[in-house]
Amino acid sequence: MHPAASIIAFTTLSGMGFGLLAFLGLGFPEVTGWSAFWFFFIAFALAVGGLIFSTFHLGHPERALKAFTQWRTSWLSREGWASVGTLGLMGIFAAFLVLFGIRLAPLGWLGALACMATVYVTSMIYASIRTVPRWSHWSTSVMFVAYSLSGGALLSGEVPAAILFLVLTGIAQFFAWKFGDSRFAATGSTAGTATGLGQFGKVRLFEGPHTSDNYLTKEMVFVVARKHSVKLRSIALALAFAVPVALLLLPFHHLLAALAVLCHVTGVLITRWLFFAEAEHTVSLFYGRD
Amino acid sequence: MTTLPETTQRKLGLVIDLDTCVGCHACVTSCKGWNTENESAPLADKDAYGANPVGAFLNRIHSFEVKPEAAPAQTVHFPKSCLHCEDAPCVTVCPTGASYKRVEDGIVLVNEKDCIGCGLCAWACPYGAREMDPVEKVMKKCTLCVDRIYNENLPEVDRVPVCVRTCPSGARHFGDLGDPDSDVSKLVAERGGFDLMPEQGTKPVNKYLPPRPKDQDIDVLAPFLEPVTTAQGGFLGWLDRALEKV
Repeated sequence: MHPAASIIAFTTLSGMGFGLLAFLGLGFPEVTGWSAFWFFFIAFALAVGGLIFSTFHLGHPERALKAFTQWRTSWLSREGWASVGTLGLMGIFAAFLVLFGIRLAPLGWLGALACMATVYVTSMIYASIRTVPRWSHWSTSVMFVAYSLSGGALLSGEVPAAILFLVLTGIAQFFAWKFGDSRFAATGSTAGTATGLGQFGKVRLFEGPHTSDNYLTKEMVFVVARKHSVKLRSIALALAFAVPVALLLLPFHHLLAALAVLCHVTGVLITRWLFFAEAEHTVSLFYGRD
Repeated sequence: MTTLPETTQRKLGLVIDLDTCVGCHACVTSCKGWNTENESAPLADKDAYGANPVGAFLNRIHSFEVKPEAAPAQTVHFPKSCLHCEDAPCVTVCPTGASYKRVEDGIVLVNEKDCIGCGLCAWACPYGAREMDPVEKVMKKCTLCVDRIYNENLPEVDRVPVCVRTCPSGARHFGDLGDPDSDVSKLVAERGGFDLMPEQGTKPVNKYLPPRPKDQDIDVLAPFLEPVTTAQGGFLGWLDRALEKV
């Protein structure tokens, strides 16, 4: 799949934003007044900023409000509702905390739950796409939520929780890649089933339908990253998890914490890039590029 | 509404004969033409005469080589367009309701005025039947020529999808695949028509007919066509025999 910058930024930033909001909702750290303002400012900027990035992906962003109508069947529509609802809940919680110094604890807990639900709904946009077997699995949702919790713990400055979530997410990501690699082959879809000609012999593309690239090959038959995947995966694991954990284990300093966040964000951006670039779509079977 | 209908009154679709298709791309050209000149937004091209031309098409012809275990390879031309699936995953993912499946005839359509161009439906389609228009920025797909098949301004013979009307080899058939007594349904039953990627669970309406088996047995007259003698005559024959003896 084509790794569009807008969607990579959306899933990374809003995931971290909702993660931080979840921690703030649970009262980690227990902040009020100005420090609460800045924590919530960062969280809302990430979550809302991510959502704004997602609209850059649209051909007609001016019609984006129509995307709220089909929540009965569409995870993308549900994502819109979940985001707006969660931001609203956490907005009220934040307003009371920042303006009046009042902690509406149950609202915060509900908000935290809603944050994780929103990240889950975002993940289902991808996990519900059956044509991309690498995504179409429960592990996609687990990884989205795990990344959100890691980022949230790191940004909220909860060092022990951050170390725990980073280590667990890193290990989970390793296995998600390992098992994801064989999932396309496991579906049994081949050029033979795609054309129905497999019953007569071995099927190979002889001549493509067009000489230059088209929307389908650009969007869904993206194969550029594959040869560097081991290197990129290693770099991503080091930046997203190993380096931040090492920095957090050192005596606490704001500069080291900032560096840990920066490394983590860069690493997560690479993993998200790989999430798209390595995803194989069944259309590739018609183009002999599987 | 992106909820799929439980059943549709008819299941209009195409039956494509892979035995007869000669890969001439006439259906591609006529499809592009009809859908550029008529009701919907034009099917656009970008940089059509430049270095990197790109354009939206609703119908594409791939050519495959099929190599049986113990026979020579065979070329099969393979037209591919929307299969108007009963369980169309492209419809349910649409966030705006622009994509829908009609109850009356099962045709899957896009309401271009509601499409936000998110591209999720193209991701959800296993067959690559949907393409984003590079100029209009809305999703395009085969409409089964819904603006022809019910169009009473056209002579009756023309009230079929333009690809079917154009095909010079008669490889494309149009009809109601929900009616077991229709010509297309009988054709599918007779020729062993099949679904593409049934494992994706989309229940496509369009069917493909397999290439007929090539002649397996040698003709009974073949022995009479054997060469009478294989010995070379004339100077070359003499040279051959002489060298053989040396």
